[in-house]
Amino acid sequence: MTDALSALNTATYAFQLNGVEMLADRAGCLVLVEERTLIVSDLHFEKGSAYAQRGQMLPPYDTRATLKALSDCMHTHQPKTLVALGDSFHDLGADGRMDAADAETLHVLMRRVEDWVWIEGNHDPVPPARFGGTVLETLTIGSSRLQHQPDNAAPNGLIAGHLHPCAKVRTRGRSIRARCFATDLKSLVMPAFGAFTGGLNIRDNAFTSCFGRTPDALVMGRDKVYPVKASNCVPDRRSLTSRGG
Amino acid sequence: MGQWDFYCISPAYRVASELALRTLMSDALSTPVLPEVFERWFDRRGWTIRRHQLEMIEAARAGHDALLIAPTGGGKTLGGFLPSLIDLAEQSRNAGKKRPHRLHTLYLSPLKALSVDVARNLTTPVDEMGLDLRIETRTGDTPQSRRQRQRAYPPDILLTTPEQLALFCASANAEAYFRDLKRIVIDEIHALAPQKRGDLLSLGLAALSRWAPDARRAGLSATIADEQGLAGWLSPQAPDQPDRFARIVRGDAGARPEVEILDSVETIPWAGHSGRHALSEIYERIKTARLSLIFVNTRSQAELTFQGLWDCNEDALPIALHHGSLAPGQRRKVELAMSAGKLKAVVCTSTLDLGIDWGDVDLVIQMGAPKGSSRLIQRLGRSNHRLDSPSHALLAPTNLFEYLECQAAREAVASNALDGEPLTAGSLDVLAQHIMGRASGEPVQADALYDEIRSATPYFELTRERFDQVLEFTSTGGYSLRTYERFRRLITDNTGAWRARTPQIAQRHRLNVGTIVESPMLNVILSSGRGRGGRHLGQVEEWFVEQLVPGDTFLFAGQVLCFEGLDEASARVSKSKSETPKVPSYQGGKFPLSTFLAERVRAIVQDPNAWSDLPDQVQQWLNIQQHRSQLPAANGLLVETFPRAGRHYMVCYPFEGRLAHQTLGMLLTRRLERLGLHPMGFVANEYALAVWGLKDMTDLDWRTLFAEDMMGDDLDAWLAESDLMKRTFRTCAVIAGLIERRFPGQEKTSRQVTFSTDMIYNVLREHEPDHVLLKAAWADAGSGLLDIHRLGDALSRFSHQITHQPLDRISPLAVPVMLEIGKESVRGDGLESLLMDVSDPLIDEALKID
Repeated sequence: MTDALSALNTATYAFQLNGVEMLADRAGCLVLVEERTLIVSDLHFEKGSAYAQRGQMLPPYDTRATLKALSDCMHTHQPKTLVALGDSFHDLGADGRMDAADAETLHVLMRRVEDWVWIEGNHDPVPPARFGGTVLETLTIGSSRLQHQPDNAAPNGLIAGHLHPCAKVRTRGRSIRARCFATDLKSLVMPAFGAFTGGLNIRDNAFTSCFGRTPDALVMGRDKVYPVKASNCVPDRRSLTSRGG
Repeated sequence: MGQWDFYCISPAYRVASELALRTLMSDALSTPVLPEVFERWFDRRGWTIRRHQLEMIEAARAGHDALLIAPTGGGKTLGGFLPSLIDLAEQSRNAGKKRPHRLHTLYLSPLKALSVDVARNLTTPVDEMGLDLRIETRTGDTPQSRRQRQRAYPPDILLTTPEQLALFCASANAEAYFRDLKRIVIDEIHALAPQKRGDLLSLGLAALSRWAPDARRAGLSATIADEQGLAGWLSPQAPDQPDRFARIVRGDAGARPEVEILDSVETIPWAGHSGRHALSEIYERIKTARLSLIFVNTRSQAELTFQGLWDCNEDALPIALHHGSLAPGQRRKVELAMSAGKLKAVVCTSTLDLGIDWGDVDLVIQMGAPKGSSRLIQRLGRSNHRLDSPSHALLAPTNLFEYLECQAAREAVASNALDGEPLTAGSLDVLAQHIMGRASGEPVQADALYDEIRSATPYFELTRERFDQVLEFTSTGGYSLRTYERFRRLITDNTGAWRARTPQIAQRHRLNVGTIVESPMLNVILSSGRGRGGRHLGQVEEWFVEQLVPGDTFLFAGQVLCFEGLDEASARVSKSKSETPKVPSYQGGKFPLSTFLAERVRAIVQDPNAWSDLPDQVQQWLNIQQHRSQLPAANGLLVETFPRAGRHYMVCYPFEGRLAHQTLGMLLTRRLERLGLHPMGFVANEYALAVWGLKDMTDLDWRTLFAEDMMGDDLDAWLAESDLMKRTFRTCAVIAGLIERRFPGQEKTSRQVTFSTDMIYNVLREHEPDHVLLKAAWADAGSGLLDIHRLGDALSRFSHQITHQPLDRISPLAVPVMLEIGKESVRGDGLESLLMDVSDPLIDEALKID
């Protein structure tokens, strides 16, 4: 227990969103402390095989890696409810491509919580029925509203995904780009949790229209979460290089 | 000039050649060696054919592959082509005007420009002899219409690059196209063979030999260290038979080059590479020479030297700048001005190393150490293309250590001792690309392809098991979780031959051919003041631009520029009024010190008797070192420890080059960390490594600290996280076709369709540690960015001869590396520390709840 606690203390960042206590975990999940609800977004199961289908043979282990990370998060936080905030499956064919062992792992994970909520995303309007769980368009928990796509001029308490926020910081002549939670302390956009997901820089217009300004970042570091102000984040250029690479 | 110097020779050589000619003629050959039309042409020119050119003809007649090693200006190119020209002249005489042209000779060189240059030089003798030949070039720049025509109506001689050959292999009808091929000429073979491009080329050659078994190969080079190795590389091998070698043909050595080291009256600096102290003396030399080439090792050095020379250019001499980052148009201008004799000096990087001659150069100046004797000899070859008079070079060391290195290089040149990159086993990522290419062309049986591939020397020892793995990789990704069967890129037809599943898959492969994965570059655009337009000055590395903020000034294309901002794939700049740039430099392509020169430098340092040739200031430096500490032994490792300004330092002198030292620094700091010594940083230069921390390191067990086993687990653990390794992996993934190249205008902006190679790397390491692509990346790390092999060799050499010298203050030998501290960012696990830097206590307070 002490081990779990100390790991929890260093690897998570406690803050208030719209007055509600939250933990941002450096692994990319968010915990509503009071409700013991664990939120992950944009799992993109079977993204690798989606590429393979088109002739680019990315490793088929992204689903497995994502499930493993999810299992670790659930072990750490012991949630009562798990919310997958949309785009859980990369595309409509993902279910058919999923390896049997991975599907079984998902079943096992789902049995570990009282409630498993699939929020509908744009990649997976209807999550595969065989896994069960509750399918919702939005979920309201107290003053927090959970949905896949952030609205323009997001209302207070909105927790969304979809945008795959990344922050890039530069100092001492070097730069680092990492996934992050994007927030203005009133609403929040979750980082993508899937193993092969790319990211969109929080200086992008998509974030401005959502927050009214560039949001601040809770950056997922290797060992902890680093809060970084919007003014310390720099834009990407639209580059010829691979993102995040 | 240029082309004529290929054939001029002195009377002395003519005698030798005639002797050789007579010997050959008396060899009971029924036909004369040289057909009449050629004899007449040589006569008209007043020239005699050279011995090695005759030997090339002879080798061709005997059906041998041949490796021609001849100094620059030795008629090497003609030697490579004479057998083709003779053969084609005969064909054309027998068949008359209307003969069908079939591809007879394929010429391959590392540079597009070289192909164009050689085509031009061939035209003269061909025209003058009235031969009815079609000679054409084909490069990435060749328009589509001409490529198609070349396919339908092949020239007699096609001059091209390894990448174009790979494209041919990946196209339908390649077999028919090359069926009548008789000769393959590979120029600057020493530059191609040790690289991945060489692996790709060797596989292409293997395919050619299958389609045209009679085609013979000729390799050309001026500087080859490992002659037997390259002769073996050049010749096709037969599976399960003894190694085969091309016949080695040597040209006569030219006059020994005269190499002088600048004996500066100024003080040679302890460290740095600016060479500022020597510029006015160099300027004086430029004045007295006809045309000087000033070679430097990095682009930043080129910019600095160029600016420095103009600062003292009171006579307004026409001095120009030439490096690979400049816009092609700018470079062409300089090249043309050189050829036209309008320039007095050109400051250049390795862009002017290889075979093309742009002017009547009579002095080669090397700023800074040449890093390898072969490179120096290659550069020397750029001056004075007459074999009978020596070329002249001036070496200008930019710091004390470099003086030793210049001295070592001079000795090496005097004894014509060459070094070069070692030949290695063919890499697996390139093999994957080739297999995909072969199956994208015509269907191919796996057994036959395996045999064909093993005929390429770098893949001679490829096991069937590994071949099958790579084949499976190209087809399905080769994962043990076999979920991609139905997405196969390659399938077998009813005869069991492999082919691409769809024409689209083959087409996509063709877009991704090649082994050169450029580090991302940005265009530098000089703003015109209004609108978005502007002048294209050249390209710089993305990472350099990353560290600039608008308003920063830097040196580029010979001027001080002010960074305005980023705009799509360009850095917009304006002219700056300031004279000194704020951001000092950027390094472009640093060569590591060759193992060979390192050995010679060590030998000089340890032996006071060898110092007599050194200038006083260098001798003094070494004398004080001997007095204050000790000299590093030739085969041992000297370690010094001393305190300085509240910190404790450890400096060691492996002389193994910056890359190997950086890897060593990484590994040592990990070990010291584990020993609880809290190292704080390290810095490396070409000769030494310095590590520092807050605790005294005097009492360490040095043998254990430097024990070879650090190359095991420590290395693994560090590599797993290393950015360099991830970059290496990315290159392999692109070459092997796992990740597609991106082309300008094609980049995707939507986050859903992007992914990061780092994630793929991590997932593979975790789930499939034996994957063939990880093996490929690991093999690259050994020789490439991390120089692991070299470090491993050094550690085992040192293991029983580590000498520790505790000092109470810094030693003279340690000063140069200590001066690098602060100049160079310390590479480390430290990326996270960047986050710590910007992570903001204010928002921390605002956000944090207790």
